[in-house]
Amino acid sequence: MHRIDQRFVELRRAGRKALCVYLCVGDPSLEASGFLALEAIDAGADMLELGVPFSDPTADGPTLARAAQRAIAAGATLERVLDVASRVRARSEVPLVLFTYYNPVLVAGEARVARLARAAGVDALLVVDLPPEEAAPLRGACAAEGLGVVPLVSPTSHAARIEAIRRASTPLDGAPRAFVYSISMTGVTGASPSDLAAAARDAEGMRRAFDRPVLVGFGIDSGASAKLAAGEATGGADGVVVGTALARHIEQAASGDEQRRAVRTFVSELRRALD
Amino acid sequence: MLFAGYFGPFGGRFVAETLVPALEELDRARQEVLPTQAFQAELHGLLQSYVGRPTPLTEAKRFARRIDPDGEAIAELLLKREDLCHTGAHKINNALGQLLLAKAMGKTRIIAETGAGQHGVATATAAALLGLSCEVYQGALDMERQAPNVARMRLLGARVVPVASGSRTLKDAMNEALRDWVTNVRTTYYCVGSAAGPHPYPTLVASLQRIIGDEARASCLDRGALPDAVVACVGGGSNAIGIFKAFEGDSSVSLYGVEAAGLGLETDKHAATLSRGRVGVLHGAKTYVLCDDAGQVIEAHSVSAGLDYPGVGPEHARLRDTGRATYVSATDTEALDAAREVARAEGIVIALETAHAFAALGPIARREAEARGRPARILVCLSGRGDKDLDTITAYGGGK
Repeated sequence: MHRIDQRFVELRRAGRKALCVYLCVGDPSLEASGFLALEAIDAGADMLELGVPFSDPTADGPTLARAAQRAIAAGATLERVLDVASRVRARSEVPLVLFTYYNPVLVAGEARVARLARAAGVDALLVVDLPPEEAAPLRGACAAEGLGVVPLVSPTSHAARIEAIRRASTPLDGAPRAFVYSISMTGVTGASPSDLAAAARDAEGMRRAFDRPVLVGFGIDSGASAKLAAGEATGGADGVVVGTALARHIEQAASGDEQRRAVRTFVSELRRALD
Repeated sequence: MLFAGYFGPFGGRFVAETLVPALEELDRARQEVLPTQAFQAELHGLLQSYVGRPTPLTEAKRFARRIDPDGEAIAELLLKREDLCHTGAHKINNALGQLLLAKAMGKTRIIAETGAGQHGVATATAAALLGLSCEVYQGALDMERQAPNVARMRLLGARVVPVASGSRTLKDAMNEALRDWVTNVRTTYYCVGSAAGPHPYPTLVASLQRIIGDEARASCLDRGALPDAVVACVGGGSNAIGIFKAFEGDSSVSLYGVEAAGLGLETDKHAATLSRGRVGVLHGAKTYVLCDDAGQVIEAHSVSAGLDYPGVGPEHARLRDTGRATYVSATDTEALDAAREVARAEGIVIALETAHAFAALGPIARREAEARGRPARILVCLSGRGDKDLDTITAYGGGK
């Protein structure tokens, strides 16, 4: 079984919610991101989204846009993010999801990116500005390497749209089932928390529609909001994704040591709240 | 296969999932409301009584002699006078059309992005006329260099939101408008200013701007013949696609788009996306983009805030690759010189965007005249007037 699917089976068996942590790789440096990723895993992250910084991140709020600018200035590129992924993979078996905008993938070439991602130990790609109707070439390239492509749903996705997403994102042969990313609100990353309890209920409906695990993201900035977004122990979402709040902790820390402590403390808080 | 939203391999809809249903809704309205007789009657009524359409063709005899080094008239120049539209540029055609559509869709809040401010002014104007609230995102640098338009937008009741990120120009204003739209998508209509962005915007904007070409083509035929060449400046490319569309099927007519070469194509300070870009995805469409090997978008440069954009409408990408249109470029200096020459020869102060099209006329006229063995008949889209650029032109010495 694929690593990412295996992890969801284990979590379900243990009756636990998944904690997926997003890191903008290269912020503050490529080397530091590798350490911060391992710190997050040690503190209880079940899964990592490794972010490829992009110059024009239209789906991100100011915090992640600043993180991306710092990362680009620090020399982060899609290939260097994959180098960091392979260093993390050498130390851990947690599922790794490469998070990116589409342009860096298109410019590098989809088949090449899929090949490099597999070699780096990545399990799936999440491309935030690639609706499933446009994703066929990437899905094919990824399936050929045994990688998944994660679909997103939003509060604006009406029933017919959800069905269209489901059809267009059904995992291809050789690809993992992975998960569905459910956006908790209309807005950019880092916006104020909305009705996360409702997001958890929506996620439950989404799991039935897709018959795949569903993670809720956007607006989760504390243990309490993580718990809300995850929902009931026996229902709700399969887990949560936390990104902006962690980037803010990293941004505010004064030194490398402090960044590592901040990541450890915050991820531990999220873990305790979910368990 | 050419399917909805694609021009050959270009176009599409590359946006966050939250926006897909809004784009579907807009596309339905475009197909169901736009063609109705009631909508067209209202739009064309306003274009006549409010905008001042049809705009005339003006023959530019004195400037025609100046573009030839020997002072010979190597071309007959016809100017399509979009500068005579209310608000001073072709942008009003698109803004009125989209805001009428927004109103039909029940939207009450309008957002827009602007570079030079002409699209912002046009949107603020249409919003005032139709009683809609309006916010315009503009790069902080562009707000400085286009201060008169900022004042006009505010006078018209729009809120102008400065964008301080990135290059502080059009690209960043568009990023910010998209973020606003993702957040307020249920109540808000995003009025895109060029034939760029995700489907259906390139098609919608081109259909609203096509009136430029339709009128010009009819006027040329009234004067006796189709032009040999049609020339227009290209940033996002809405005035160019608007005039090109009417002539695309006329195989005898050459189409020329003129991009901003900034400090020169050999430098990294230009906005010549079709000449120096590569295929990428920016602001929702697959098209030519100025970006580096890692896929990061490169900041464009042009003396003209309206051309300072690292992408281009996807239909131009197809016209370039199929060879139906030819894309050339003019530098900042050439455009500033052309603006001064046109003012002195014809008594018309043209926008710096438009000045790029005029700056390229010499080589185009020679090429067309040689190919045809006679002076060429050239139609130029005079997309807008230059009041907003007076400070820039004066600083350069154009007022001397």
